[in-house]
Amino acid sequence: MPFEGTDTYIATDDLKVSVNAAITLQRPLLIKGEPGTGKTVLANEIARSLGAPLIEWHIKSTTKAQHGLYDYDAVARLRDGQLGDVRVQDISNYIVRGKLWEAFDSDVRPVVLIDEIDKADIEFPNDLLLELDRMEFHIYETKTTVISKNRPIVLITSNNEKELPDAFLRRCFFHYITFPNEETMQQIVDVHFPDIKKKLLREALQVFYDLRDIPGLKKKPSTSELLDWLKLLLAEEIDADILRTNDPAKLIPPLYGALLKSEQDVHLLERLAFLNRRERAND
Amino acid sequence: MFFKFFSDLRRLDVPVSLREYLDLLGALDKGLGHYQVEEFYYLARTILIKNESHIDRFDQVFASIFRGLEAVDFEEEIVEIPEEWLRKMGELLLTEEEKENIESLGGWEKLMETLRQRLEEQKERHQGGNKWIGTQGKSPFGAQGYNPEGIRIGQEENRNYSAVKVWDKRIFRDLDSDIELGTRNIKVALRRLRKFAREGSADELDLDDTVSSTARNGGWLDIKMVPERHNAVKVLLLFDVGGSMDSHVRTCEELFSAARTEFKHLEYYYFHNCIYESVWKENRRRQSRRLATWDLLHTYSSDYKLIIVGDAAMSPYEIAHPGGSVEHWNEESGDIWLRRLVKTYPNVSWLNPLPKDRWRYFQSAGMVSELLEGRMFPLTLDGLESAMRSMNN
Repeated sequence: MPFEGTDTYIATDDLKVSVNAAITLQRPLLIKGEPGTGKTVLANEIARSLGAPLIEWHIKSTTKAQHGLYDYDAVARLRDGQLGDVRVQDISNYIVRGKLWEAFDSDVRPVVLIDEIDKADIEFPNDLLLELDRMEFHIYETKTTVISKNRPIVLITSNNEKELPDAFLRRCFFHYITFPNEETMQQIVDVHFPDIKKKLLREALQVFYDLRDIPGLKKKPSTSELLDWLKLLLAEEIDADILRTNDPAKLIPPLYGALLKSEQDVHLLERLAFLNRRERAND
Repeated sequence: MFFKFFSDLRRLDVPVSLREYLDLLGALDKGLGHYQVEEFYYLARTILIKNESHIDRFDQVFASIFRGLEAVDFEEEIVEIPEEWLRKMGELLLTEEEKENIESLGGWEKLMETLRQRLEEQKERHQGGNKWIGTQGKSPFGAQGYNPEGIRIGQEENRNYSAVKVWDKRIFRDLDSDIELGTRNIKVALRRLRKFAREGSADELDLDDTVSSTARNGGWLDIKMVPERHNAVKVLLLFDVGGSMDSHVRTCEELFSAARTEFKHLEYYYFHNCIYESVWKENRRRQSRRLATWDLLHTYSSDYKLIIVGDAAMSPYEIAHPGGSVEHWNEESGDIWLRRLVKTYPNVSWLNPLPKDRWRYFQSAGMVSELLEGRMFPLTLDGLESAMRSMNN
């Protein structure tokens, strides 16, 4: 069954093709894109629409590839050894499963999310080449091999903090989520806030895209910020007219804190608003 | 199948390998993307391309191949544009009055010739395949108020396509690594410079040392700590301001704001055209608050990486002669100061916002580059990466 997006997630055509190609050809799919364009949520939604379990592996700067496979809990074994526990004879008692093992062991085909792979050490992707290719790995301590029962659907997200090695890239399919255009954005907002007043939405989107066009913003507001902001606007019952207002005294959008995340950006906006006001005063 | 497509991609330096090619064929074999050209485009893109900076080049190749334009050659462009196309376009765009005007300008034939030339230039610049006429502010066609958007020459030849295809929109153009230099891209490039070192208070367990000290201790635990790793790179930025640099202010600002968040130790100063005996930090008070370059050399140790940003476009005298500065009388010439900087900071590079092929018009650019032992790089993403690489050695 191909992936078509869900009732809470609007997938563009190119994204659908990428996801379905990755599922059909059983390749990991590498997702990049501006922060806040729904890279991580995508895995959630694929799992939901396919009815598959989702196994999330969030990567940190200290994560090693080995952690995804298994851990050998030597400290527990040492303690048991000193206490004279019989379990200590069997080393497999101290092998702790990692996320990938969990996925390989799943009885139905799972969706695996390797989130923010670029956070890890530069060698991390290289250490996973064979595992992702063959979907199997070897446990040296017990001399057994774990083979996946069902090849999982693997999604990998990256924020471009590090370049990924070529050998790794060659094994993945790639998709770059572009910032949605106004039409797609409208659809996205519609699924999240179905009862939002049409007028309010139109005005809010206008404000939002105007804001994105301001040169020099450190962090442009993205989809997730827009959704947060709309939530606030709805909660505060802000009127559409206030958004549209050309009143020079109120050039900064209400509740702008949800849209702009950096103090410098807020200052920039205030300064622009000030200049604008002064120009009007001179007119 | 699609072999020309594949080899054209390689010709434009998109790193596609046999593996991706076979993957694409495999996907088609499984029935993916067969029935719609758009779907095929998405499929090919997701399989062949691994980096957003290559998508724009991919779009161009795709456009050229799948519109049956076999004649695209990236090196030597010989494109025949059928006369009817031009004529049709002219008729479409020009009013009777304008046509008369044209007659007076040298006639229809002449105009057609010009238009043909324009189009060929256009193709060359787009590296083939793109049939759009850009905004040609200076052309007679533009002046006569024709809106270039949405008119494609040879529309009838490609009846099957609607006006704008996804790949023709070229929305990924901004991400091509040769062109744009957004803050985010600069950050990625600057990260090449990162060098982690242990610094600060000891708050991480050093396992190896703990084990060996415990063993030496006869089994009694002896815990050893080490400091956490931090990015320990120090960067000194010198910006050329004013004059010919004014048009590059934006690029420089982006570079600066990216660098600022990327490095913990970042110092910056300004200079004008060439570095002489003093630099300054606040452009507004450049006359009153200056730092002697000697002090700069003594304040920042030689493990700082020095990045100089400037267009190096000045008169050769400003570098080679005492008193050459356009602003004041300098006792010692610019090249002496540059030599001192290079000597103090072995990791130095000069970033030039001018495109590389324009450097040769300025003798001064060559002189500066020579003083820096060739470490002058264009301020593009690729240039920035080469600069970072050269400084990491």
